[in-house]
Amino acid sequence: MLDDFMIRAALGAVGTATAAGLLGCFVVWRRMAYFGDATAHAAVLGVAMSLAFGTGVIWGVILVSVLVAVLIHTLSADAAPMETLLGVVSHGALAIGLVAVSLVPGQRVDLDAYLFGEVLTVTRTDLAVIWLGALAVALVIWRHWQALLTATLSPDLAYAAGVDPRREQLILTLLLALVVAVAIKVVGALLITALLIIPAATARSLTRTPEAMAVVAILIGTLCALGGLRAAIIFNTPVGPSIVCVATLLFTLATISRKLFSSGS
Amino acid sequence: MTLISAKGISVHHRNVSALQNVSLSLDAGEIVTIVGPNGSGKSTLLRVLIGAITPDTGTVTRAPDLRIGYVPQKLAIDPTLPMTVRRFLNLPRRISNADAENALTAAGAEHVSHQQMAALSGGQFQRVLLARAILSRPNLLILDEATQGLDQPGSANFYRQIDAVRQDLNCAVLMVSHELHVVMSASDRVICLNGHICCEGAPDVVSAAPAYRELFGSGTGGALALYRHDHDHHHDHDHA
Repeated sequence: MLDDFMIRAALGAVGTATAAGLLGCFVVWRRMAYFGDATAHAAVLGVAMSLAFGTGVIWGVILVSVLVAVLIHTLSADAAPMETLLGVVSHGALAIGLVAVSLVPGQRVDLDAYLFGEVLTVTRTDLAVIWLGALAVALVIWRHWQALLTATLSPDLAYAAGVDPRREQLILTLLLALVVAVAIKVVGALLITALLIIPAATARSLTRTPEAMAVVAILIGTLCALGGLRAAIIFNTPVGPSIVCVATLLFTLATISRKLFSSGS
Repeated sequence: MTLISAKGISVHHRNVSALQNVSLSLDAGEIVTIVGPNGSGKSTLLRVLIGAITPDTGTVTRAPDLRIGYVPQKLAIDPTLPMTVRRFLNLPRRISNADAENALTAAGAEHVSHQQMAALSGGQFQRVLLARAILSRPNLLILDEATQGLDQPGSANFYRQIDAVRQDLNCAVLMVSHELHVVMSASDRVICLNGHICCEGAPDVVSAAPAYRELFGSGTGGALALYRHDHDHHHDHDHA
């Protein structure tokens, strides 16, 4: 069954959407979208390093994403003007990555695959990475759900309850790096944040509790992944952007119907 | 029995001193109020006590059985985070429906269980925060300007509710407040803070202390003038 590239693509896209939808809720609640961008952009530098050292791309991506995520986490401790700082890290990392890739000796690299994703070429190994990564993300969030939620609501409430919000923040930061590594093959570095925030934001208008929002975000993410894949085949468009187009369409529909049919809350 | 004590606490925020050499201790069942002008370090001191801030110098000692119920000054729930009252009460630990209803009743917020936190009025919101704080059956209730944003009858009601909760749980209460006239009469002890402890003691003693009057007395142009102050001596017009 896994011999069929379409099946592999579908499994890869669904695995990515599951991890991204779940973690995306926290990205939305904690306003970490820019943070996600910075981590994802840094992944391009990871690609360059992997190519230079001849290792599997996944390892370079994980390494650099984790380093950048921890760097931002450390810098954010003294609450400097974060937005500017994140902008520097985000675009700086992307630019350095693009330059570094061009400097790698040997054959020209198809950079598009890493910037916009190329899910139709996922291998069995890629699938294993995607699903193990998604499983790890789901497991950690499951185990830390209450603590993460308390810390998200208010750091002070967390401290008073014996939960260290800085630790929970670091956990989310590392998970973000993991999701970037999982998603880069599917949607590419430039659109990972979209897969994080759009399904979660769509789920918000349909739900009343954080748990419901997380479940619905995963379902919507899955729907976008399969719908985008299908649309890409029909219209012969790139898969990653097609998935994000479907997500954007669903978000727009949910927002409009909410405005039409409900009066708040 | 001492529940929590702080010795020689100093805290700096970006080279600006917020607290200098502050020491205090709380006994079981005691009601202590911290008063002080804006920026006097009241919230900082509470955050040191709950462990949110590590002081630059000094130590905090907690009794082994200390259970803190904390009511923050305000809680801004991001609009993207859906949260019913019932779900909120499940943080940080899941509780039974019966416990949730009891806590809401004790805090004077019945029948809001299924509402969204964002849809509550200011008074209801504070009561839900109080309900969540008492779920762990704390022996120390800490409230940081919990009546900010409530009108006068609203905050008077809220203080009555705190008093009822305290009698029910038999816990100590440490609160920060601007509403001096209310808290003064209800407190066993008042601590007047302005970066350091200016004076402390029984409400009568503190309200008569020169350091206190300098902060809250007529010198502030009446803005912070003490309700009680208006009643502990006769004004000229009484004799006219």
